[in-house]
Amino acid sequence: MCGIAGYIGSSFSKLPADEVAHAMARSLAHRGPDGSGVKALGSIVLAHTRLSIIDLATGHQPMADDAETVWLVFNGEIFNYLELRAELISLGHRFRTQSDTETIIHAYRQWGDAFVERLNGQFAIALWDVLGRRLILARDRTGIRPLFYREHAGVLYFASEVKALRAALPHASWKLDTKGLGQALLFWSTVGDRTAFEEVSSLPPGHCLVIEEGSRTLKRYWDWNFTASGSQRQISMEAASEELRALLQDAVQLQLRADVPVGAYLSGGLDSSGLVALIRQRSDVRLRTFSVSFGDAEFDESAQQMEVARYLETDHAVVRCLPGDIARQFPRLIAHTEATILRTGPAPLMMLSRLVRESGFKVVLTGEGADEVFGGYDLFKEAAIRRFWARQPKSRWRPELFARLYPYLRNSPAGNRAFSHAFFGQELLDTASPFYGHTTRWATSRRNWGFLSGDVRHVLQGWRPEEELAQQLPKDMGRWEGLARDQYVEASTLLYGYLLSSQGDRVAMANSVEGRVPYLDHRVIEFANALPARLKLRRLREKAVLRQALRPMLPSSIVNRTKQPYRAPDSASFFEAGHAPEYVRHQFSAGRLAEAGLFEPAMASRLFEKCRAGKALGFADNMAFVGILSTMILEDKFVQGRSLE
Amino acid sequence: MASQQIKDFILKNFLFTDDASALKNDQSLMSSGVLDSTGILELITYVEDTFGIKVSDDEMLPGNFDSVDAVSAFVSRKQKGA
Repeated sequence: MCGIAGYIGSSFSKLPADEVAHAMARSLAHRGPDGSGVKALGSIVLAHTRLSIIDLATGHQPMADDAETVWLVFNGEIFNYLELRAELISLGHRFRTQSDTETIIHAYRQWGDAFVERLNGQFAIALWDVLGRRLILARDRTGIRPLFYREHAGVLYFASEVKALRAALPHASWKLDTKGLGQALLFWSTVGDRTAFEEVSSLPPGHCLVIEEGSRTLKRYWDWNFTASGSQRQISMEAASEELRALLQDAVQLQLRADVPVGAYLSGGLDSSGLVALIRQRSDVRLRTFSVSFGDAEFDESAQQMEVARYLETDHAVVRCLPGDIARQFPRLIAHTEATILRTGPAPLMMLSRLVRESGFKVVLTGEGADEVFGGYDLFKEAAIRRFWARQPKSRWRPELFARLYPYLRNSPAGNRAFSHAFFGQELLDTASPFYGHTTRWATSRRNWGFLSGDVRHVLQGWRPEEELAQQLPKDMGRWEGLARDQYVEASTLLYGYLLSSQGDRVAMANSVEGRVPYLDHRVIEFANALPARLKLRRLREKAVLRQALRPMLPSSIVNRTKQPYRAPDSASFFEAGHAPEYVRHQFSAGRLAEAGLFEPAMASRLFEKCRAGKALGFADNMAFVGILSTMILEDKFVQGRSLE
Repeated sequence: MASQQIKDFILKNFLFTDDASALKNDQSLMSSGVLDSTGILELITYVEDTFGIKVSDDEMLPGNFDSVDAVSAFVSRKQKGA
């Protein structure tokens, strides 16, 4: 795990001095505190900061082959590097180190641009082919590791985080991207290559960007393709669960590869409990596990966490998120997320990664991804009920099934029968829409747009973010089952842009911790995507095949537990007895709101007052509050250039 | 007058504005995104506190709460003891 950066010029541009690469690397020191390196190669400069995990002695970067025809910086892990290495040695390649880094170089020399399809891992790569004079930027299949780029004055800059681009270009114009803000307030994250910043692109997951003299080609090498309805594997639940268990055992075994000790996050739910059980099968060493607890019972899962820790005999450590902690963390959090966020959930996870690091660990396995791969969210159940209801819209009892959703919420949208039917009945008959499963979520988040300033709304007038997203969807998606369509959209929006980023890589790396996600091993995803939906969502029980696969390893109380999504207190986190920290009041002040020009000051002030009075009960007000505050901090730090931490 | 009070409450609490043109009296509050399902709870609490009435479970219907006109007609009926 590391940070990477660099820049490449065209034949007409003058390349910045190496000192710029050093400045980029310094800004990424949190991603790689164990060392750094810069290599100037004529028309390109590569930089790297290292968090050493595999081959501590010789894995330094930038790295080249013997003949120095291929240079590489890379962030992440290649979990199947030992198998690739053996294959490459059998093909005549000679290795100098034990690192996974060197494997990438030889894989490129052997297989050309198709090397990336051979990698099982989580990675962001910059590879310079000296003889071909071509740069390849590559990103893992689901977007676990970040990679951004920006062109300025004929030079293309790239880096693991936007702050390194800003360090390289302190005098360039830095603005928030208006459409990026529109997407974040609606979808919970930016989508595709769009970011929070104008002129800054994110390399999308499963893509390579090839830069050669005079051309730049973006290629997709992997996608969350699902098998068409009716053509899925014909397999029994028993056979599927056994195959899945073997696959997960292998994925976990690969991801336990490290030359440093590996711990695990334990939320108390099925996914992380199953993961810990799988690790325990593979290792005799007593496992260290980590979790967050909350004082508010609505959010706290301590009892479940302790039950699993006792059952699986782990050494369990807990960080307790107390009132005021989220507010104290928030400016630093946004400096790391580099994005508008609508929920505070990433803040306690940043506290958790600090606990991991202070406990002497650099690597943790997490249960992230299982809900997307196996259909775990209530959103998927909600869509299933809506589709069932839409077949008989006059049915009185079909919508009664909504009462089974969201049992963990204090103010549940399913709480009142008549209104839940009206809420979930929005666009009920539009079952062919690729966004059918997301209709109700986006109906709530769309309200955030109401706070935007007249200037911003003017820019967004006539722009339909759903239509733009629809154009990025696979052409054959209409042949998939409804659940598969919902899963694809979820993976393209919330998982990629928020869970793996703001709540994943960025908050772990804030404390120099690498998170690994075995449920997103591409073989696991491809296995699940070929199954019929009924093996995932079965009679409104989520993740059926995963539950069955993990059943032999866990007590029934855990296997049968209904999913409780991880959440943290939102606007209430920022007020103690009606008082907010000075920086929150400042960001919501009329002067500061007018300076940024993003939100209507009078509306934002009223929202602030409603939250201060403790009257913000629902998702909508809470999301708007956190969305405005995070955006204002983002603007202050990255556009105005002020130091806020 | 109840109608104006209700409209003012919705404008200030859900649309965060004083601009009366932002909301028509017959506009559906749910389908136009003014209220989500938890917003309904806030609106009902406000109506109970402000007009001294009790809203029973079987009165919590979109027909009674989905527009300014619907809420004011409901309040009026309740105050008359209908």
